[in-house]
Amino acid sequence: MSAAAIGAPLLRMEGIVKTFPGVRALDGVSFEVEAGEVHALVGENGAGKSTLMKILAGAQPADSGEIEIDGKRVAIDGPRTAERLGIGMIYQEFNLVPDLGVIENIVLGVEPRRGIFLDKAAAASEAAKVLGELGIALPLDRHARRLSVAEQQLTEIAKCLVRKARLIVMDEPTAALTDRETDALFALIGKLKAQHVAFVYISHRLEELPRIADRITVLRDGKAIETRAAAEMPQDDLIRLMVGRSLEAHFPDLPPVALDAPVVLDVRDMSAASGVHVNDVAFQVHAGEIVGLAGLVGAGRTEIVRAIAGADVPTKGEIRVDGARVVVRSPRGAIHAGIALITEDRKAQGLVLGMTVRENTTLAHLGQFLRGPFIDRPAETQVTNTEIAELRIRTPSAEQIVRNLSGGNQQKVVLAKWLIGHARVFLFDEPTRGIDIGAKSEIYTLMVELLRHGAAIVMVSSELPEVLGMSHRVLVVRDGGIRAEFAHADATPDKVIAVATGVAA
Amino acid sequence: MADPQPPKADVKAVMDERAGAAVAQKRRAALLRFVGLALGFIVLVKVVDILAHGNFLEPQNLTNVLRQIAVNAILAVGQTFVIITAGIDLSVGSIIGLCSVVMTLVANTLNLGGPGTFAVTMLVGLAVGCAAGWVNALPVVRLGLPPFITTLAMMQVARGLALELAHGQPIPLNNTAPFDWIGTGYVLNHIPRFPGISWQVVVMAAVAVVFWVVLARLPFGRYVLALGGNEEAARLAGIDTRRVKTLVYVISGGCAAIGGMLLMARFSSGNPVNGTGAELQCIAAVVVGGTSLMGGRGSIIGTFFGALLIGVLNNVMNLINIESYMQQIVLGAVILFAVVLDELRKRYLAAR
Repeated sequence: MSAAAIGAPLLRMEGIVKTFPGVRALDGVSFEVEAGEVHALVGENGAGKSTLMKILAGAQPADSGEIEIDGKRVAIDGPRTAERLGIGMIYQEFNLVPDLGVIENIVLGVEPRRGIFLDKAAAASEAAKVLGELGIALPLDRHARRLSVAEQQLTEIAKCLVRKARLIVMDEPTAALTDRETDALFALIGKLKAQHVAFVYISHRLEELPRIADRITVLRDGKAIETRAAAEMPQDDLIRLMVGRSLEAHFPDLPPVALDAPVVLDVRDMSAASGVHVNDVAFQVHAGEIVGLAGLVGAGRTEIVRAIAGADVPTKGEIRVDGARVVVRSPRGAIHAGIALITEDRKAQGLVLGMTVRENTTLAHLGQFLRGPFIDRPAETQVTNTEIAELRIRTPSAEQIVRNLSGGNQQKVVLAKWLIGHARVFLFDEPTRGIDIGAKSEIYTLMVELLRHGAAIVMVSSELPEVLGMSHRVLVVRDGGIRAEFAHADATPDKVIAVATGVAA
Repeated sequence: MADPQPPKADVKAVMDERAGAAVAQKRRAALLRFVGLALGFIVLVKVVDILAHGNFLEPQNLTNVLRQIAVNAILAVGQTFVIITAGIDLSVGSIIGLCSVVMTLVANTLNLGGPGTFAVTMLVGLAVGCAAGWVNALPVVRLGLPPFITTLAMMQVARGLALELAHGQPIPLNNTAPFDWIGTGYVLNHIPRFPGISWQVVVMAAVAVVFWVVLARLPFGRYVLALGGNEEAARLAGIDTRRVKTLVYVISGGCAAIGGMLLMARFSSGNPVNGTGAELQCIAAVVVGGTSLMGGRGSIIGTFFGALLIGVLNNVMNLINIESYMQQIVLGAVILFAVVLDELRKRYLAAR
């Protein structure tokens, strides 16, 4: 940060206020970023991180407050202005055009021209130059829809660089990356730092912050609580600052599985061929037991639970619930058999965002709410309100549209949807992705509660501490098959990673 | 949890209260909207009546307006279901033509006495309409083809089939007696100074009420809305999305068959060109009625008012002698205006 330390910071936001109907999302936030710095912005969902960054990117206007770039006051009145000021924004859900190639996406909106025509050669060389300088290899002619998550992210970064961005905002950049891809990303960020590019880095993965961040600012309830050098911010402090209270036990104690606990879920030699191929997977889960599926992204964990739940139809094998064979040809059949799948992507697969909390809660079990042929709305409301209270869903009422809830509360609505049924088997796919710490521990507590009622749980998670902390047994998945099994006590990060990456068998 | 939070029972009580309040508020908003709409209508009607030299508010004219919108409103009801699933049914106009020809042919060969002939004819017509809808849905649910294409194809096929069966000419009904009541009959026409209500209007009302209940009160209706809002989430919630989608097109085809019956009965003939252009008229009614072409949102009441608005407009323009080319221009402008207004209203509500 040598050069930039003299004089004004690259970015200074001062006294930013933003109010939404009923909520003061930002309450006089001040925030600075130096050139060549990685400045982490952390806070629970709803703390105001996204709003602050949207204001910076020109996606939303602030109610009041000042923004300075290089000490000069600027008015960011739209995304174009932000772009011209050298601000690049990479959202968690990327903004690539799926049917355009990598090059076309990189130069989208700033296409080199020759007269009135697009200059394809210039576009290609410009993209190649940016990528080459950073040593990034991307399949340039491939359509964005066929890129991996990591490749899409690199394309987004290249997009920022072509636009001469000096400050890049990244929202949860590692959420969907494997560890190796994360390492590569961090190396790339390091290179760009050396060229005085600054980053605002938003992440829920607190453990990675010491590796990547220079400074950390904690937001809570729309206020900037504290800014410190990352080296002087132990994780405990960080969590305390984020939630405003100390969270001593991250994971609740798992109740031991009874020795005579019956097998609830029995998967025998199951294969499936949607996405990553799953081959001859066999495992059992007992009543009151959590089995964690660990592995890298793309190893086939999601495909395994989807096949069990009938979301994709297995090509071979047998699934038994409480000893009875289940014919799973559709999600409907699985639900009848007592299998509930809490999907990885709640917005795309778990919720009808335009419907109310009540309508989403009862959607999978409407048969329980009939009076004659008609839907009994008062009964729906009663059950929904009970779940709102039980799960502490923060919503004004059961009639709130789910789109307006925060991520953690949306996830709780997904849970409510499955809790009101009589499921015996719960398949959790990344149950805590992208939700805040408070909601996370509430979900863990809930899982333990389910165990006490004799449920069998399978949990897929890319967060290693979560799999290790919340599973009685850990199965490690690689290339669509189960490669190793560890008991809770034996499951150490290095052993699991060794199998997941193929270092050990 | 370490931090103190209100006991669950309290939360539940608060939520119960708020749910009650939310429902009450929704009712109030709906009532307000209804009253607003009705008031707007009355003012509009009065203005229009003055323009039309008092001819519009004649009871005879009002019942005529209702009769004239009957077929379009029925089509629009079926179309509403399709559009809520983010689909579209372009074939309904042609299905009307096909059904009215088929029903005429069936009626002309039957000799079962009045009610028997009517019932069999109607059932055959419904079967043809529903079958056409089912065929529309088949490639949509099995192969994921866009409904725009499959129903466009059906639009051609059904029209061609109707013309082929009828040799390009309207087929007169040999015996109109079984169909006269529904074609030209009136109920409540004994009341002095009241012209009565056409049976066609009664049929329209029955279709609208039945499908209003289906959409708003039955699980099937909830599933239609859920599927339109997020198909994958609906499927993973155990909803048989293929079945729901198929039924939506079957309903649309069935409504078209009913429309075909009304036209056949009214004109005492099966005309293969019946219903030409009807698909766009009913889509207009649905959209003006506030149903989103993006899917996930819509209502039968809205659709009814959409059809009514378009019908009143047509009627009024006839009464004040606006020539037909001009009528088209006005109608197009009104459709656009209504949709823009609805969008602005939604944005206003969202920003509040």
